[in-house]
Amino acid sequence: MTEPLSFEKSRPKASAPRLPEAGVTGLDSAHVLPAEHLRKEAPGLPQLSEPEIMRHYSRLSSMNYSISEQFYPLGSCTMKYNPVINEAAASLPGFAGLHPYQDESTVQGALELMWRLEQALCAVVGVEKVTLQPAAGAHGEWTALRMIKAYHHSRGEARTEVLVPDSAHGTNPASAALSGFHVVEVKSGPDGRISLSDLESKLSGRVAALMLTNPNTLGLFEREILDIAEMVHATGAMLYYDGANLNAFMGICRPGDMGFDAVHMNLHKTFTTPHGGGGPGAGPVGVKAELVPSLPTPTVERSNGHFALDFKRPQSIGRVRSFYGNFGMLVRAYSYIVAMGGDGLTQASRDAVLSANYLRKQVEGDLDMPHEGPCMHEFVASAQNLAHDGVRALDVAKALLDRDFYAPTIYFPLVVPEAIMVEPTETESKATLDAFAAAIKEIVAQAKTSPQELHDAPKNQPVGRLDEVAAARRINAYLQGQGDDPVLRWKPPGK
Amino acid sequence: MLEAIGVQSMDDLLVDIPRSLRIKALELPDGLSEFETMSQISSLAARNRVFPDRLTFRGGGVYRRFIPAAVSAVTSKPEFYTAYTPYQPEASQGTLQAIFEFQTMIAELTALDIANASLYDGATAVAEAAMMAHVHTGRDEVVVAGYVHPEYVEVLRGFSEGRGIKVRKGTEPGPKTAAVIFQQPDFLGLLVDARTLTERAHAAGALAIACVDPISLAILTPPGEYGADIAVGEGQQLGLSPSYGGPHVGFISCRKELVRKLPGRLVGTAYDKQGRRGFNLALAAREQHIRREKATSNICTNHSLCALAASVYMTYMGPRGMHQVAEVSFKRAHALAERLKELPGWEPAFPDRQFLNEFPMRVPNAPALLRKLARKGILGPLAVNRWFRELKGVVTFTCTEVNDPTALDELVEALQS
Repeated sequence: MTEPLSFEKSRPKASAPRLPEAGVTGLDSAHVLPAEHLRKEAPGLPQLSEPEIMRHYSRLSSMNYSISEQFYPLGSCTMKYNPVINEAAASLPGFAGLHPYQDESTVQGALELMWRLEQALCAVVGVEKVTLQPAAGAHGEWTALRMIKAYHHSRGEARTEVLVPDSAHGTNPASAALSGFHVVEVKSGPDGRISLSDLESKLSGRVAALMLTNPNTLGLFEREILDIAEMVHATGAMLYYDGANLNAFMGICRPGDMGFDAVHMNLHKTFTTPHGGGGPGAGPVGVKAELVPSLPTPTVERSNGHFALDFKRPQSIGRVRSFYGNFGMLVRAYSYIVAMGGDGLTQASRDAVLSANYLRKQVEGDLDMPHEGPCMHEFVASAQNLAHDGVRALDVAKALLDRDFYAPTIYFPLVVPEAIMVEPTETESKATLDAFAAAIKEIVAQAKTSPQELHDAPKNQPVGRLDEVAAARRINAYLQGQGDDPVLRWKPPGK
Repeated sequence: MLEAIGVQSMDDLLVDIPRSLRIKALELPDGLSEFETMSQISSLAARNRVFPDRLTFRGGGVYRRFIPAAVSAVTSKPEFYTAYTPYQPEASQGTLQAIFEFQTMIAELTALDIANASLYDGATAVAEAAMMAHVHTGRDEVVVAGYVHPEYVEVLRGFSEGRGIKVRKGTEPGPKTAAVIFQQPDFLGLLVDARTLTERAHAAGALAIACVDPISLAILTPPGEYGADIAVGEGQQLGLSPSYGGPHVGFISCRKELVRKLPGRLVGTAYDKQGRRGFNLALAAREQHIRREKATSNICTNHSLCALAASVYMTYMGPRGMHQVAEVSFKRAHALAERLKELPGWEPAFPDRQFLNEFPMRVPNAPALLRKLARKGILGPLAVNRWFRELKGVVTFTCTEVNDPTALDELVEALQS
């Protein structure tokens, strides 16, 4: 099944929506504005009637896997169920209808919610204060690195390097580079954990921070974290926590206690705000006392029961986006935290760890397990044992789609060949985990008997495997002025 | 399940966590029932004051507009809002095609070649565009011309600092200038001479970056037509509620020569073995998950669902609907401006400048005026002196299709009382 583009279905004679007339006297823009300001040709937007539009998007929605219908074992992405109460909370007119430049006295409820969310996040990760401004995890990383830079600067130190493990998320080195740091990679040891000797050799007075996620991207807890923190702090550097894996230990331990100085959190992972097909998310950053002065403006402050935005922070790095963050996502996360409570969040993490270890056990006879368990909330398997049948991680992923499962994260982390990274989360039942394990077993068996079947997967999706190489070639041709098809957009035939 | 794993207790699974790090419990209250949760959240919502759409005359980057019911009917479909970034294209064709349509609509609206899948907001879109210009030209200064949204400029300064780029206010680019950035209409609502600014930028070997209001492009010359290299903007007006400032959606489009420097996701067409057309993430080699520290940007999660809302909005409106909305806003704003300048002591702050539907007035005692309007249930204009010292006593009024003629009467009456 495919669905034509709205542009391809567009009918110039489709009725335009009925909209209010101006109802005031005065000239049209065309008679007031000088010609050079006026658009000559209307933009080529599609023209469809409302029933056609609704059917179009309904059909598109049926061409998607989503957490509402499928198990989504996407490692590092924490695709857990998104409680529907979150949506109801965010759409309350008392939140959705607020203008960001309303007087503080008229938005006390909104500011209090932000303040309470900040307190809750401080409690979960063990920090002094939180900024809710960053729009996503990577934005939070970048915000924290700028704070760390400002901190070193305030002490008269110009530190130029940021250390990043080879197993880190791609956003870590990208955020470091965009903050003006030179990225130095730290190697993982054979047990999948950061190599302390390699770390030692790379630490120096030039290092501003080590960026780490714990458990790391292999789902393994960095047992030596306290030693790591001590080594890093001894050189005057800071320790940064990538919160993508926070779902592993809420209520069990806290990054702040491990020695992390700055911590970002993905509200769209750990705190169940929906992922929206690629956002919006929210990436608050929590910091220890020494970084508090450099937090972005404005912060939310409480005094005598009144809530206010504080713009007067002389050592602040300034704002990192417009207004105060993705407020609608903050409401959703707060609603989740209130409903779950401290007991519920703790249970969520324990269940996430239990699910991951259970599923790991179910599939360990079928796929390679490059590292010893137990794992935390996710594990990384390898499809290398299927290599002699010519089957790759990609084939396993596509075959899972045909069995009505979304695919795990594949080929990440980079330190594991043919990686298959599975994060089941706490919101999946044992029955779902068993069904997934059975699907893996079936696929592995198929690798021996009929590998071609796997190379041909998926077969029951709207399209089969897409030829990315040919697509890239067409894009190159277009960008070099040789092709008519822009590939990255639709164009009317012949234009 | 513990038995199946082969351990005695949960603690056996947590052995790698040092004992000294274990906490007894989170210092948070216990969980609540859905009913109790909702009543707690509702009581916070009730402590906010929501001004009616029709009596909201404040803009400054976030606007009240009519949102067709079709928008939330689509974005509240769980198949869209609970999906992930479309890494597995075969199982994500719905999201991918919707983004492809969004990219095409933004490209059409701005009259530029290619648009990306979305950015966080207008502010980060401006900053990302400046980074593109810096990389493209190898120069390390950007010039901000005129009244660009002050929060966008602040974010731009932050991004620039990390890359060692200088941000300078002015209108004259020099040999070190990577880009001239201007906003059309500007933060005060006034039209700028976009063509001249663009020509000046090009004469200095710099790029021209236009920060535009998407609704305005139904009336105004699009950036591609006056030669801008990159267009960016905030898409909140395309079907998104104000929501105290977010989530909204940033957009960015550019000439094809710059496509490889675009930040974030891009969706393109691709074909399967049977020759069926599908959509997938394209030019991923620009991105952080492949290129790591050499990526064009660190952006990963963007604002897909907000882009979907904008797509539904633009499809619903079509070119004629967009024009109608822009024109009604234009006429009402001009009618209001005519009436306001008759008030004693009031005058247009820039009488010689054209505007669309947001305009600056110089008024006596702005704070008292805003208090008075609030008492009457009106969210009055925005006092811009907070950001621009030279604009003492200047407030900006916004009118859109939601401010009906009676609402204009009520505003003027309240001001006269």
